[in-house]
Amino acid sequence: MAQKEIEIILMRQLASYLSVPIFVVDPEGTLLFYNEPAEALLGVQFDEAGEMPMSEWATIFKPTDDQGRPLPPDSLPLVTTLKTVAPARGALWITGLDGVPRRLDVVSFPLVGQGHRVLGAAAILWDINSK
Amino acid sequence: MKVTLWGTRGSLPSAGPETVRYGGNTSCVEVRGEDGTLIVLDAGTGIRRLSHAVEPDVRRIHILLSHLHMDHIQGFGFFEPLHRSDAEVHVWGPPSTTHDLRTRLTKYLSPPLFPIRLRDLPCRLFLHDVPMGGFTVESLGVHCALVCHPGPTVGYRITQGSAAMVYLPDHEPALGARSFPLPADWTSGADLARDADLLIHDSQYTDAEYAQRPGWGHSAVRHAVAFAGVVRARRLVTFHHDPGHSDDVLDALVDKIRRGSPLPFEFIPGQEGMTFEVTTR
Repeated sequence: MAQKEIEIILMRQLASYLSVPIFVVDPEGTLLFYNEPAEALLGVQFDEAGEMPMSEWATIFKPTDDQGRPLPPDSLPLVTTLKTVAPARGALWITGLDGVPRRLDVVSFPLVGQGHRVLGAAAILWDINSK
Repeated sequence: MKVTLWGTRGSLPSAGPETVRYGGNTSCVEVRGEDGTLIVLDAGTGIRRLSHAVEPDVRRIHILLSHLHMDHIQGFGFFEPLHRSDAEVHVWGPPSTTHDLRTRLTKYLSPPLFPIRLRDLPCRLFLHDVPMGGFTVESLGVHCALVCHPGPTVGYRITQGSAAMVYLPDHEPALGARSFPLPADWTSGADLARDADLLIHDSQYTDAEYAQRPGWGHSAVRHAVAFAGVVRARRLVTFHHDPGHSDDVLDALVDKIRRGSPLPFEFIPGQEGMTFEVTTR
Protein backbone atom coordinates (compact mmCIF):
# COMPACT_ATOMS: atom_id res chain seq x y z
CA MET A 1 0.00 0.00 0.00
CA ALA A 2 1.35 3.43 -0.93
CA GLN A 3 2.51 5.75 1.81
CA LYS A 4 0.09 8.48 2.87
CA GLU A 5 1.12 12.06 2.26
CA ILE A 6 3.09 13.54 5.14
CA GLU A 7 0.36 16.05 5.95
CA ILE A 8 -2.15 13.20 6.29
CA ILE A 9 0.23 11.26 8.54
CA LEU A 10 0.68 14.31 10.75
CA MET A 11 -3.10 14.90 10.79
CA ARG A 12 -3.61 11.37 12.06
CA GLN A 13 -0.91 11.75 14.69
CA LEU A 14 -2.45 15.00 15.89
CA ALA A 15 -5.96 13.55 15.91
CA SER A 16 -4.80 10.57 17.90
CA TYR A 17 -3.82 12.95 20.71
CA LEU A 18 -6.99 15.08 20.66
CA SER A 19 -10.11 14.62 22.74
CA VAL A 20 -12.17 16.11 19.90
CA PRO A 21 -13.65 13.47 17.58
CA ILE A 22 -11.89 13.69 14.20
CA PHE A 23 -12.67 11.88 10.93
CA VAL A 24 -10.17 11.99 8.03
CA VAL A 25 -10.73 11.12 4.37
CA ASP A 26 -8.65 11.25 1.19
CA PRO A 27 -9.58 13.29 -1.93
CA GLU A 28 -11.87 10.52 -3.17
CA GLY A 29 -13.62 10.42 0.16
CA THR A 30 -12.14 7.14 1.30
CA LEU A 31 -12.07 7.01 5.08
CA LEU A 32 -8.45 6.96 6.23
CA PHE A 33 -8.75 7.33 9.97
CA TYR A 34 -10.88 8.37 12.90
CA ASN A 35 -9.69 8.79 16.44
CA GLU A 36 -10.82 7.26 19.73
CA PRO A 37 -13.31 10.03 20.59
CA ALA A 38 -14.91 9.46 17.17
CA GLU A 39 -15.02 5.74 17.86
CA ALA A 40 -17.26 6.49 20.84
CA LEU A 41 -19.73 8.26 18.53
CA LEU A 42 -19.57 5.84 15.64
CA GLY A 43 -19.84 2.80 17.85
CA VAL A 44 -16.95 0.92 16.29
CA GLN A 45 -13.20 1.01 16.68
CA PHE A 46 -11.26 2.23 13.69
CA ASP A 47 -9.10 -0.87 13.75
CA GLU A 48 -12.26 -2.91 13.26
CA ALA A 49 -13.81 -0.65 10.65
CA GLY A 50 -10.64 0.04 8.67
CA GLU A 51 -10.45 2.13 5.57
CA MET A 52 -13.73 2.27 3.66
CA PRO A 53 -15.05 4.05 0.57
CA MET A 54 -17.27 7.09 0.87
CA SER A 55 -20.26 5.17 -0.45
CA GLU A 56 -20.00 2.94 2.59
CA TRP A 57 -19.32 5.37 5.42
CA ALA A 58 -21.85 7.88 4.05
CA THR A 59 -24.64 5.36 4.58
CA ILE A 60 -23.47 2.88 7.21
CA PHE A 61 -24.01 5.40 10.02
CA LYS A 62 -27.52 6.25 8.71
CA PRO A 63 -27.31 10.04 8.62
CA THR A 64 -30.69 11.77 8.91
CA ASP A 65 -32.03 15.29 9.42
CA ASP A 66 -33.94 16.45 12.51
CA GLN A 67 -37.14 15.01 11.03
CA GLY A 68 -35.57 11.60 10.57
CA ARG A 69 -35.33 11.87 6.82
CA PRO A 70 -32.25 10.13 5.37
CA LEU A 71 -29.56 12.49 4.14
CA PRO A 72 -27.98 11.71 0.78
CA PRO A 73 -24.18 11.61 0.77
CA ASP A 74 -23.96 14.83 -1.24
CA SER A 75 -25.57 16.78 1.58
CA LEU A 76 -23.01 15.73 4.21
CA PRO A 77 -20.58 18.49 5.19
CA LEU A 78 -17.52 16.34 4.56
CA VAL A 79 -18.69 15.52 1.03
CA THR A 80 -19.40 19.20 0.42
CA THR A 81 -15.87 20.03 1.51
CA LEU A 82 -14.41 17.46 -0.85
CA LYS A 83 -16.37 18.96 -3.74
CA THR A 84 -15.76 22.61 -2.97
CA VAL A 85 -12.38 22.40 -1.22
CA ALA A 86 -13.86 24.76 1.35
CA PRO A 87 -15.06 24.45 4.93
CA ALA A 88 -18.63 23.28 5.53
CA ARG A 89 -20.88 22.82 8.51
CA GLY A 90 -24.12 21.07 9.27
CA ALA A 91 -26.19 19.42 12.02
CA LEU A 92 -27.36 15.88 11.52
CA TRP A 93 -28.23 12.66 13.28
CA ILE A 94 -26.28 9.45 12.93
CA THR A 95 -26.80 6.02 14.38
CA GLY A 96 -23.58 4.41 15.48
CA LEU A 97 -22.91 0.75 14.95
CA ASP A 98 -23.70 0.36 18.64
CA GLY A 99 -27.27 1.28 17.70
CA VAL A 100 -27.29 4.60 19.57
CA PRO A 101 -28.61 7.67 17.69
CA ARG A 102 -26.63 10.86 18.26
CA ARG A 103 -27.11 14.43 17.07
CA LEU A 104 -23.88 15.88 15.72
CA ASP A 105 -22.68 19.28 14.69
CA VAL A 106 -20.19 18.51 11.91
CA VAL A 107 -17.50 20.97 10.88
CA SER A 108 -15.35 19.91 7.96
CA PHE A 109 -12.33 21.52 6.40
CA PRO A 110 -10.09 20.71 3.43
CA LEU A 111 -6.58 19.40 3.86
CA VAL A 112 -4.52 21.35 1.35
CA GLY A 113 -0.82 20.68 1.61
CA GLN A 114 2.42 22.18 0.36
CA GLY A 115 2.18 23.23 -3.26
CA HIS A 116 -1.62 23.51 -2.93
CA ARG A 117 -2.02 19.76 -3.17
CA VAL A 118 -5.55 18.73 -2.22
CA LEU A 119 -5.00 15.79 0.09
CA GLY A 120 -8.49 15.20 1.45
CA ALA A 121 -10.55 16.58 4.28
CA ALA A 122 -11.13 16.25 7.98
CA ALA A 123 -14.26 16.68 10.04
CA ILE A 124 -14.89 17.46 13.66
CA LEU A 125 -17.87 15.48 14.92
CA TRP A 126 -19.37 17.44 17.79
CA ASP A 127 -21.85 15.52 19.91
CA ILE A 128 -24.44 18.21 20.57
CA ASN A 129 -26.39 16.42 23.28
CA SER A 130 -23.44 15.45 25.41
CA LYS A 131 -21.78 18.89 25.44
CA MET B 1 27.02 5.80 -8.26
CA LYS B 2 29.68 6.80 -5.83
CA VAL B 3 28.58 8.51 -2.61
CA THR B 4 30.95 10.44 -0.33
CA LEU B 5 30.17 11.90 3.08
CA TRP B 6 31.69 15.39 3.50
CA GLY B 7 29.72 16.45 6.54
CA THR B 8 27.89 14.16 8.95
CA ARG B 9 27.23 16.44 11.91
CA GLY B 10 23.83 17.87 12.74
CA SER B 11 22.73 21.28 13.90
CA LEU B 12 26.11 22.92 14.49
CA PRO B 13 29.68 22.42 13.29
CA SER B 14 31.59 20.63 16.02
CA ALA B 15 35.27 20.67 15.28
CA GLY B 16 37.59 19.40 17.99
CA PRO B 17 39.75 16.51 19.06
CA GLU B 18 36.71 14.68 20.43
CA THR B 19 34.99 14.55 17.00
CA VAL B 20 37.83 13.82 14.59
CA ARG B 21 36.66 10.34 13.60
CA TYR B 22 32.97 10.99 12.94
CA GLY B 23 33.68 14.54 11.82
CA GLY B 24 32.52 17.98 12.82
CA ASN B 25 31.24 19.39 9.53
CA THR B 26 27.52 19.73 8.95
CA SER B 27 25.50 17.94 6.28
CA CYS B 28 27.00 17.54 2.85
CA VAL B 29 27.06 14.44 0.65
CA GLU B 30 28.52 14.07 -2.83
CA VAL B 31 26.84 11.80 -5.35
CA ARG B 32 28.65 11.02 -8.58
CA GLY B 33 26.99 9.27 -11.44
CA GLU B 34 28.90 6.81 -13.55
CA ASP B 35 29.23 9.46 -16.26
CA GLY B 36 30.51 12.07 -13.81
CA THR B 37 27.19 13.80 -13.13
CA LEU B 38 27.67 15.64 -9.85
CA ILE B 39 24.93 16.10 -7.27
CA VAL B 40 25.68 17.72 -3.93
CA LEU B 41 23.20 16.96 -1.19
CA ASP B 42 22.96 19.94 1.16
CA ALA B 43 25.41 22.76 1.63
CA GLY B 44 26.48 22.40 5.22
CA THR B 45 30.03 23.22 6.19
CA GLY B 46 31.27 19.97 4.64
CA ILE B 47 30.79 21.52 1.21
CA ARG B 48 33.95 23.62 1.61
CA ARG B 49 36.18 20.54 1.54
CA LEU B 50 34.14 19.02 -1.26
CA SER B 51 35.11 22.08 -3.35
CA HIS B 52 38.64 20.74 -3.63
CA ALA B 53 37.40 17.43 -4.99
CA VAL B 54 35.51 19.05 -7.87
CA GLU B 55 37.70 18.86 -10.94
CA PRO B 56 38.17 22.10 -12.91
CA ASP B 57 36.59 20.53 -15.97
CA VAL B 58 33.32 19.90 -14.14
CA ARG B 59 31.17 22.70 -15.49
CA ARG B 60 27.68 21.81 -14.26
CA ILE B 61 26.81 21.04 -10.65
CA HIS B 62 23.48 20.42 -8.99
CA ILE B 63 23.02 21.23 -5.30
CA LEU B 64 19.91 19.63 -3.79
CA LEU B 65 18.89 21.17 -0.49
CA SER B 66 16.75 19.13 1.86
CA HIS B 67 15.62 22.28 3.68
CA LEU B 68 16.95 25.65 4.66
CA HIS B 69 17.92 25.27 8.29
CA MET B 70 21.28 26.91 8.85
CA ASP B 71 23.31 23.73 9.23
CA HIS B 72 22.28 22.74 5.70
CA ILE B 73 23.18 26.00 3.96
CA GLN B 74 25.96 27.45 6.10
CA GLY B 75 28.72 26.34 3.75
CA PHE B 76 26.99 27.43 0.55
CA GLY B 77 28.99 30.62 0.00
CA PHE B 78 32.24 28.72 0.48
CA PHE B 79 31.65 26.30 -2.38
CA GLU B 80 34.40 27.30 -4.80
CA PRO B 81 32.57 26.51 -8.06
CA LEU B 82 30.15 29.31 -7.24
CA HIS B 83 33.06 31.68 -7.75
CA ARG B 84 34.01 30.29 -11.16
CA SER B 85 32.62 32.12 -14.17
CA ASP B 86 32.71 28.95 -16.25
CA ALA B 87 30.54 27.00 -13.79
CA GLU B 88 26.82 26.43 -14.06
CA VAL B 89 25.29 25.71 -10.68
CA HIS B 90 21.70 24.60 -10.21
CA VAL B 91 20.28 24.79 -6.71
CA TRP B 92 17.12 22.85 -5.93
CA GLY B 93 15.19 23.17 -2.70
CA PRO B 94 11.74 23.35 -1.21
CA PRO B 95 9.68 26.52 -1.37
CA SER B 96 7.41 27.46 1.51
CA THR B 97 3.71 28.02 1.05
CA THR B 98 4.34 31.73 0.47
CA HIS B 99 7.97 32.18 -0.63
CA ASP B 100 10.01 30.64 -3.42
CA LEU B 101 13.48 29.17 -2.89
CA ARG B 102 15.30 32.35 -3.96
CA THR B 103 13.45 34.50 -1.46
CA ARG B 104 14.06 32.04 1.33
CA LEU B 105 17.73 31.44 0.52
CA THR B 106 18.61 35.12 0.27
CA LYS B 107 17.44 35.68 3.83
CA TYR B 108 20.80 34.18 4.79
CA LEU B 109 22.88 34.78 1.68
CA SER B 110 22.76 38.56 1.78
CA PRO B 111 24.09 41.29 4.09
CA PRO B 112 24.26 41.57 7.00
CA LEU B 113 24.42 37.78 7.52
CA PHE B 114 26.64 37.14 4.48
CA PRO B 115 28.76 39.67 2.59
CA ILE B 116 28.05 38.48 -0.96
CA ARG B 117 24.66 38.48 -2.64
CA LEU B 118 23.55 35.59 -4.82
CA ARG B 119 23.31 37.90 -7.82
CA ASP B 120 26.97 38.88 -7.41
CA LEU B 121 28.31 35.35 -7.69
CA PRO B 122 30.37 34.89 -10.87
CA CYS B 123 28.93 31.49 -11.79
CA ARG B 124 25.74 31.03 -13.75
CA LEU B 125 23.36 30.30 -10.93
CA PHE B 126 19.91 28.78 -11.37
CA LEU B 127 17.50 28.34 -8.47
CA HIS B 128 14.68 25.84 -8.74
CA ASP B 129 11.75 25.15 -6.46
CA VAL B 130 12.13 21.41 -6.26
CA PRO B 131 9.20 19.61 -7.87
CA MET B 132 7.46 16.95 -5.85
CA GLY B 133 7.76 13.59 -7.53
CA GLY B 134 10.39 12.63 -10.04
CA PHE B 135 12.78 14.53 -12.26
CA THR B 136 16.15 13.86 -13.81
CA VAL B 137 19.52 15.46 -13.27
CA GLU B 138 21.51 14.48 -16.32
CA SER B 139 22.11 10.73 -15.96
CA LEU B 140 20.63 10.45 -12.47
CA GLY B 141 17.00 10.05 -11.51
CA VAL B 142 15.80 12.08 -8.55
CA HIS B 143 12.64 11.50 -6.57
CA CYS B 144 11.66 13.98 -3.93
CA ALA B 145 9.00 13.99 -1.22
CA LEU B 146 8.06 16.05 1.80
CA VAL B 147 9.04 14.42 5.07
CA CYS B 148 8.43 14.98 8.74
CA HIS B 149 10.64 17.83 9.98
CA PRO B 150 9.72 21.38 11.05
CA GLY B 151 9.23 23.64 8.02
CA PRO B 152 9.21 22.56 4.38
CA THR B 153 11.67 19.67 4.21
CA VAL B 154 12.23 17.08 1.54
CA GLY B 155 14.07 13.81 1.28
CA TYR B 156 15.73 12.62 -1.90
CA ARG B 157 16.00 9.28 -3.64
CA ILE B 158 18.67 9.22 -6.31
CA THR B 159 18.79 6.41 -8.79
CA GLN B 160 20.99 5.15 -11.54
CA GLY B 161 19.47 2.19 -13.25
CA SER B 162 17.97 0.10 -10.46
CA ALA B 163 20.50 1.28 -7.86
CA ALA B 164 19.08 3.72 -5.31
CA MET B 165 20.52 5.86 -2.55
CA VAL B 166 18.18 7.75 -0.22
CA TYR B 167 19.01 10.85 1.77
CA LEU B 168 16.91 11.71 4.83
CA PRO B 169 19.25 13.80 6.97
CA ASP B 170 16.61 15.48 9.12
CA HIS B 171 13.66 13.23 9.69
CA GLU B 172 11.38 12.39 12.58
CA PRO B 173 9.14 9.56 11.40
CA ALA B 174 8.40 8.61 15.01
CA LEU B 175 6.73 11.94 15.77
CA GLY B 176 3.46 11.35 17.54
CA ALA B 177 3.60 7.59 17.09
CA ARG B 178 2.51 5.77 20.22
CA SER B 179 4.75 2.93 19.18
CA PHE B 180 7.32 2.95 16.41
CA PRO B 181 7.64 1.69 13.77
CA LEU B 182 4.19 2.11 12.27
CA PRO B 183 3.10 0.29 9.12
CA ALA B 184 4.95 1.60 6.09
CA ASP B 185 1.90 3.33 4.62
CA TRP B 186 1.65 5.50 7.75
CA THR B 187 5.38 6.21 7.99
CA SER B 188 6.90 9.44 6.71
CA GLY B 189 9.54 8.80 4.06
CA ALA B 190 8.63 5.16 3.53
CA ASP B 191 7.86 5.38 -0.18
CA LEU B 192 11.02 7.33 -0.78
CA ALA B 193 13.26 4.90 1.07
CA ARG B 194 11.68 1.61 0.08
CA ASP B 195 14.30 -1.03 -0.84
CA ALA B 196 17.10 1.55 -0.84
CA ASP B 197 20.56 0.16 -1.51
CA LEU B 198 22.00 2.91 0.68
CA LEU B 199 19.94 4.85 3.23
CA ILE B 200 21.51 7.89 4.89
CA HIS B 201 19.25 8.71 7.82
CA ASP B 202 19.01 11.10 10.73
CA SER B 203 20.28 9.44 13.92
CA GLN B 204 20.80 12.45 16.11
CA TYR B 205 19.66 11.34 19.53
CA THR B 206 19.88 8.75 22.22
CA ASP B 207 16.51 7.46 23.43
CA ALA B 208 16.76 9.66 26.51
CA GLU B 209 17.51 12.75 24.43
CA TYR B 210 14.63 12.04 22.08
CA ALA B 211 12.26 11.81 25.00
CA GLN B 212 13.19 15.39 25.87
CA ARG B 213 12.95 16.70 22.29
CA PRO B 214 9.95 15.30 20.45
CA GLY B 215 8.96 17.57 17.60
CA TRP B 216 12.45 18.93 17.05
CA GLY B 217 12.51 17.01 13.80
CA HIS B 218 15.09 14.32 14.51
CA SER B 219 15.37 10.63 15.24
CA ALA B 220 16.96 8.52 17.89
CA VAL B 221 19.38 5.94 16.52
CA ARG B 222 16.82 3.30 17.44
CA HIS B 223 14.24 5.02 15.20
CA ALA B 224 16.64 5.07 12.26
CA VAL B 225 17.25 1.35 12.72
CA ALA B 226 13.51 0.64 12.91
CA PHE B 227 12.83 2.82 9.87
CA ALA B 228 15.50 1.01 7.85
CA GLY B 229 13.80 -2.25 8.73
CA VAL B 230 10.36 -1.01 7.68
CA VAL B 231 11.61 0.14 4.28
CA ARG B 232 13.85 -2.91 3.78
CA ALA B 233 17.00 -0.89 3.21
CA ARG B 234 20.17 -2.78 2.32
CA ARG B 235 22.57 -0.47 4.16
CA LEU B 236 21.84 2.14 6.82
CA VAL B 237 24.30 4.98 7.35
CA THR B 238 23.72 6.97 10.52
CA PHE B 239 23.92 10.70 9.97
CA HIS B 240 23.32 14.16 11.47
CA HIS B 241 25.08 13.31 14.70
CA ASP B 242 24.27 15.52 17.63
CA PRO B 243 26.90 18.25 18.10
CA GLY B 244 27.21 17.23 21.73
CA HIS B 245 28.11 13.63 20.91
CA SER B 246 31.82 12.87 20.96
CA ASP B 247 33.37 9.99 19.05
CA ASP B 248 33.25 7.94 22.24
CA VAL B 249 29.56 8.61 22.75
CA LEU B 250 28.82 7.67 19.14
CA ASP B 251 30.90 4.51 19.45
CA ALA B 252 28.86 3.54 22.49
CA LEU B 253 25.59 4.09 20.60
CA VAL B 254 26.86 1.93 17.77
CA ASP B 255 27.94 -0.80 20.16
CA LYS B 256 24.52 -0.80 21.77
CA ILE B 257 22.81 -1.34 18.42
CA ARG B 258 25.28 -4.05 17.41
CA ARG B 259 24.80 -5.89 20.70
CA GLY B 260 21.06 -6.04 20.06
CA SER B 261 19.11 -8.32 17.78
CA PRO B 262 20.68 -9.15 14.40
CA LEU B 263 19.76 -6.58 11.79
CA PRO B 264 18.48 -7.45 8.31
CA PHE B 265 20.72 -4.76 6.80
CA GLU B 266 24.28 -3.50 7.11
CA PHE B 267 24.57 -0.92 9.89
CA ILE B 268 27.20 1.72 9.19
CA PRO B 269 27.96 4.60 11.54
CA GLY B 270 28.42 7.55 9.22
CA GLN B 271 31.84 9.18 9.36
CA GLU B 272 33.17 12.10 7.39
CA GLY B 273 35.20 10.90 4.40
CA MET B 274 33.42 7.58 3.96
CA THR B 275 32.65 6.54 0.40
CA PHE B 276 30.14 4.03 -0.86
CA GLU B 277 29.58 2.40 -4.20
CA VAL B 278 25.90 2.02 -4.96
CA THR B 279 25.36 -0.48 -7.71
CA THR B 280 22.54 -2.46 -9.17
CA ARG B 281 21.74 -5.49 -7.04
